[in-house]
Amino acid sequence: MMKPLIAGLGLATLLPALALADCAKVSQGDLSVSAAWSRATIGTARPAVFYVTIQNTGSTDDRLTGIETPVAGMPMLHETVMTEGVASMPHAAAIDIPAGETISLAPGGFHGMLMDLEAELKEGESFPMTLQFEKAGKVSIDTEILPIRAREAACGVAP
Amino acid sequence: MLKTIRIALWIAVAVSLVVVGVLFWRADRQEQAVAFRPEFSLPDEAGTIRTSEEFRGKHVLVFFGFTNCPDICPTTMSEVAQVMDDLGPEAEDVQPVFISVDPVRDRESGLDEYLAAFHPAILGLAGDEAQTRAAVESFKVFADPEKAASAPGGYTMSHSSSLYLIGPQGDWLRQFEYGTSADDITADLKERL
Ligand SMILES: [Cu+2]
Repeated sequence: MMKPLIAGLGLATLLPALALADCAKVSQGDLSVSAAWSRATIGTARPAVFYVTIQNTGSTDDRLTGIETPVAGMPMLHETVMTEGVASMPHAAAIDIPAGETISLAPGGFHGMLMDLEAELKEGESFPMTLQFEKAGKVSIDTEILPIRAREAACGVAP
Repeated sequence: MLKTIRIALWIAVAVSLVVVGVLFWRADRQEQAVAFRPEFSLPDEAGTIRTSEEFRGKHVLVFFGFTNCPDICPTTMSEVAQVMDDLGPEAEDVQPVFISVDPVRDRESGLDEYLAAFHPAILGLAGDEAQTRAAVESFKVFADPEKAASAPGGYTMSHSSSLYLIGPQGDWLRQFEYGTSADDITADLKERL
């Protein structure tokens, strides 16, 4: 009776740890990019999304100025803006990554909008994304495709 | 003796005044409660007209959105899906409804298949312009196309992003603002069911 329980508890604590370990992290200069994820799509008619966490450990500000990926012909940075309960999502020319701060592209805020999809994004697969920074240059990261119902990165928000 | 009667009469007057006051107050409250009954009458993907009256007896969770929106709309549908799962058997008394504010495009790309990927219980409705406008106005919400070079097809929609809860008698109960967690919505519904 106790053994399976203990084993179960062990698994319950181990599984999230394994999932966390799964979260790819790419560092370049002062920037570290992690927890890149997207939602599966149905076909290619609708735009897909790109979320990621960017940490600036340095003492100079940087900016994310663009994204590029082979899966979309028209990738773009957007920001969801809420004005008295009404949501709109204008183009974001650049996203500030201030020194010492962690900025997330996350549901309800900044996101990469992947238009003109080349192929359906299938759950469980991944695709490369190149982020263009003003100072740090280009950083490429593998983006996990999560279920359409996903609400956050499988590895949680990176520290 | 006379004094006692007089006091008793005054007490009777006071009591009846209070009773009348309470009756007025209750009538007023009831009137306020029935004052706002937002309605919709829109076709589902099969073309059958579905109306708000059809769901009397159920709690209805209404969201206005469009499927070309990759951020707010899937996030909210994910929360709704989670709520339906967490409600267990009580989910039978809750009907989630997605009303498209971009109906032509959403019909073309297949609304049912998209919503079913979140949860099979979510009913997708996409009408013509007049039907959509009527629903938007009845709910006193906002939805408008915006020209945008940064969006597919050259336009995007700005739209009210809350979930609206309609009671079993069709009366507006409350809204859940964007970002309300599935847990909070589930807890609120469980108290009402
Ligand atoms: Cu967008």
